[in-house]
Amino acid sequence: MKMKFSIYRYNPDTDKKPRMQDYELEIEEGSDMMVLDALLALKDQDPTLSFRRSCREGVCGSDGVNMNGKNGLACITPLSDLKGSKVVIRPLPGLPVIRDLVVDMAQFYRQYEKVRPYLINNDEPPAREHLQSPKDRAKLDGLYECILCACCSTSCPSFWWNPDKFVGPSGLLQAYRFLIDSRDTETQSRLADLDDAYSVFRCRGIMNCVDVCPKGLNPTQAIGHIRSMLLQQGV
Amino acid sequence: MVTSATSLGRSGLHDWIIQRVTAVVLAAYVIYLTGFLFSADAIEYNVWRSLFGQVWFKIFSLLAIASICFHAWIGMWIVSTDYIKPTGLRMVFQVFVILFCLACLIWGAQILWSV
Repeated sequence: MKMKFSIYRYNPDTDKKPRMQDYELEIEEGSDMMVLDALLALKDQDPTLSFRRSCREGVCGSDGVNMNGKNGLACITPLSDLKGSKVVIRPLPGLPVIRDLVVDMAQFYRQYEKVRPYLINNDEPPAREHLQSPKDRAKLDGLYECILCACCSTSCPSFWWNPDKFVGPSGLLQAYRFLIDSRDTETQSRLADLDDAYSVFRCRGIMNCVDVCPKGLNPTQAIGHIRSMLLQQGV
Repeated sequence: MVTSATSLGRSGLHDWIIQRVTAVVLAAYVIYLTGFLFSADAIEYNVWRSLFGQVWFKIFSLLAIASICFHAWIGMWIVSTDYIKPTGLRMVFQVFVILFCLACLIWGAQILWSV
């Protein structure tokens, strides 16, 4: 079976503007493969095709791309999941393209840095380690699993319009991961940093982030929890 | 923390609460007015005048007008910060919206208390 692909191509050194290039791939009848494997096979045909990949099993988060209009990880998306006669692959939307499917993630990481994504504990250091009850530890489930693939933030219109001011779903999921951590002592200052018109409140509840997250996480819910924490503090 | 000078509230939370409270006021006003329109025998000058002649309804109406103004101020501010990128144009638009909302509020009060 011949499968058709249309892939976004752009090399800033030689191209004036981006273009879509068509490819064809022979796939054994009745078999399936992941989009990443298809991309690798296409790269054999055309070695100039560029994309990021590493672990090829949905853990590293480096091969986030837009497939038939929806963001996802190429390595864990089977071709059979993509409807239509042609598979259209584009880079993650909203970020500057370095080349082909490779995007510049600097803006995304800047928002991640803003939320101070590390444990801060200003108490006397314990003799061995900061202990946490199983109940408190359970609060981090659904938050710590984020692999920073940027599928969510780059599918969020609010992040497209204000990538420099709105932290974005991924950053806010991480922010809540430390806000709710029983061992963190900087909850108040973390909340104060987020209480402006953009950082959290530019979330309009569109929920594209929940729709695309390859790890099945729920950033919108985390953002709701941050709002509740701000509300409890401010009323 | 991102600063903003032309928003209504002092913080994101402030804007968020104002928008929700004003929405509740507007919903209550619309529900009451709809109920009134359906329950009144005939909508004529005297009925209309007696409704708006009561002080509590003037206050309720003014609250509803103020709610529309504040709700629109916050909403249009958000829309403008999403879609209007040139600073000058954005500021002109925001100032126009703010002045228009305040003018409507003053005019509304004047109309209500002239009944």
